[in-house]
Amino acid sequence: MSDSSSDECDTQHVLFKNRPEWSDVTPLKQDDGDEPVVLIDYTEEFEDCFDYFRAIVQKKEYSDRALQLTKTAASLNPANYTVWQYRREILKSLGKDLHEELDYIGKVILKQTKNYQVWHHRRIIVEWLQDPSKEKYLTEEALAKDPKNYHAWQHRQWAIKTFNLYDEELAYVDQLLKEDVKNNSAWNQRYFVVNNTTGFTEQILNNEIDYTLGKIKLLIENESSWNYLRGLLVHDKKGISHNKKVADFCETLYNEGNRSPFLLAVIVDMCSEQLTYDGGDGDSIYTVMRAKELCNDLATQYDTIRAKYWVHMAETIEKQAKEQDIQDTSSSTK
Amino acid sequence: METILKIRNISDITNKLTPHNSDLTKTTREQVTVEKLILKKFEDLHSCLRVNQNLPELFKEQHIKYLKDNLFYLPSSYESLDASQTWLCYWIVHPLSLLGVKLEDSDKSNIAKFLGKIIFRCQSPEGGFGGGPSQIPHLAATYAAVNALIILGTEEAYKIINRQKLYEFLLRVKQPDGKFAMHTGGEIDIRGAYCAISVASLTGIMTKELVDNTAEWIVSCQTYEGGFAGCPGSEAHGGYTFCGLAALVILNKGHLCDNQALLRWLVQKQMKMEGGFQGRANKLVDSCYSFWQAGAFPIIYSLLAKDGHILLDHLFDERALQEYILICCQHPQGGMLDKPSKPRDIYHTCYSISGLSIAQHFLNEKHVLGSYRNELVVTHPLYNIRPDLVAKGLIYFRNFNSGGST
Repeated sequence: MSDSSSDECDTQHVLFKNRPEWSDVTPLKQDDGDEPVVLIDYTEEFEDCFDYFRAIVQKKEYSDRALQLTKTAASLNPANYTVWQYRREILKSLGKDLHEELDYIGKVILKQTKNYQVWHHRRIIVEWLQDPSKEKYLTEEALAKDPKNYHAWQHRQWAIKTFNLYDEELAYVDQLLKEDVKNNSAWNQRYFVVNNTTGFTEQILNNEIDYTLGKIKLLIENESSWNYLRGLLVHDKKGISHNKKVADFCETLYNEGNRSPFLLAVIVDMCSEQLTYDGGDGDSIYTVMRAKELCNDLATQYDTIRAKYWVHMAETIEKQAKEQDIQDTSSSTK
Repeated sequence: METILKIRNISDITNKLTPHNSDLTKTTREQVTVEKLILKKFEDLHSCLRVNQNLPELFKEQHIKYLKDNLFYLPSSYESLDASQTWLCYWIVHPLSLLGVKLEDSDKSNIAKFLGKIIFRCQSPEGGFGGGPSQIPHLAATYAAVNALIILGTEEAYKIINRQKLYEFLLRVKQPDGKFAMHTGGEIDIRGAYCAISVASLTGIMTKELVDNTAEWIVSCQTYEGGFAGCPGSEAHGGYTFCGLAALVILNKGHLCDNQALLRWLVQKQMKMEGGFQGRANKLVDSCYSFWQAGAFPIIYSLLAKDGHILLDHLFDERALQEYILICCQHPQGGMLDKPSKPRDIYHTCYSISGLSIAQHFLNEKHVLGSYRNELVVTHPLYNIRPDLVAKGLIYFRNFNSGGST
């Protein structure tokens, strides 16, 4: 049908006021008042189109020409949510072919990938059709241009979760991390998949820790992989400092002379965890003293932009240690 | 107490550059490109410092002129914001108020009238505000309109808000599980919760029914990284984190989220070389996060204080943030930009100036980079409106409530 192709080849845009098929409609000007503020210097084409859009909304006209008009309006300003909402009302009212709409909005999205309204329109059409078969491919196209596009990831997660499309997703994530191990969106997607499929069972946790440590070895200065590691360890019942594999990995790095702030920060957490951990052994290398020293190293040498935070952390740990001492003393005297 | 801060040495900046050959990921390549642009800005400033010790300077007059000009006329490049006209109002009147602009009474009345008119036309008969005349009501547009009117602070402005209809609109977009759609049939994310809670609390129409389950839904958006995402499962992000935290604290439910993880993530978003904030891990610096990320700190301080932690200083590097805004993001003819090489716009002007104000004030202390002439008025971190104007609005609507009920 002409609906999906006519506009794209339009080299010469004819104003609506000059189109005979619109002569029965009186355009409705935007009411800016006598002395307007934030007045945008609209182009003639923009003003013309929206004058007619306002007119058909006021008339509540649901027609093919109105549908066509919303397409022009959306191309002039894809962020106009009123246009999209009205377009959906027309689509419903006329019982339009939604597969055609899906093709159209897919094309718009690939030109306007960072826009709330176009992705939302897509989602509604997919919901109406109950057909998610093209969503993975579309989001992959958008992510090929920008692998961190927030809207694309959110849409992909919605499609995967709603229609149970988790298969192959970890492979896709793995591919993206091979291309760019600093892609935090891909790490987040990894968490999303594991969390919603297997969950963090002991075995999965073990596999994920191996995977993550492998990625950290590849590139140590990478906040994303360290954040993921910490996210994993939250699920370890034994706590951060009692996962031997992670502890050995960190100690080896440290002893080799690595002073990445990400590494030191994790060791600080391992130390401060000892404060609340029952049954800690006496000769643990994770002590309050070590935590304070590391915080000091971070504040003065390795992470100076966050100096105030590290000073605050050292004080917080010290304070917790004292409170713990008082508790321990009072419980031992009972 | 007033402290004048001095800028970092150039060696403190160069030793934080990302090594060129550390890895060849797209992320690192883009980061290295931006660092080069920023280093050039810092070097230029250091050369000028030899002549003028008061640098860096906030181009107050130029920003005021830029904002005032835009209040009356916007070029056609702003067509893409035709559905954000109430935002345009807020993005202009708010930074002007932080710049301490006291308009002539006649000017003030005129602007109020203009604003009143345009916002009145944006207000929907079904309640709430749309992004422009004859657009359907939208939560973000409503938030911007209400904030702009409260900044105007006149009875004329307050009276524009139809609170009964506004409340009906908020209930209409509220979902049973606590979240909010941006408009009828619109997308659902954490912005909706913040916008709804913010306007309801400011105009005194908050009810238990309106926010039933909302705090719990917001908390479900906190991710394994510590920040908040737009919806459960998505990636931690600066704008959404501000929305989540501010909304929780307005609801007095700040204790429900993991504050320690949140603080750890927030401090990590400050860029070690640039001094500004990024929105997500491994993304580039952007001046708008000077507010979205740094603005979350004073809110966290209030939570820490409740737990008995007494802070004596900011928990981020307020000097480095001011350096980034003043040295890298000012347009010489007024207005601010995302980062060097980007064009100026009023969105980045609003949030750079808001973030600068956050950085300059810690409790009652002033930590101002450059000369004292750079100082801005304080902003309320939960609403991003001057606190005196928040208080004035709250009192007006409280009296309105008690007056209305008799």
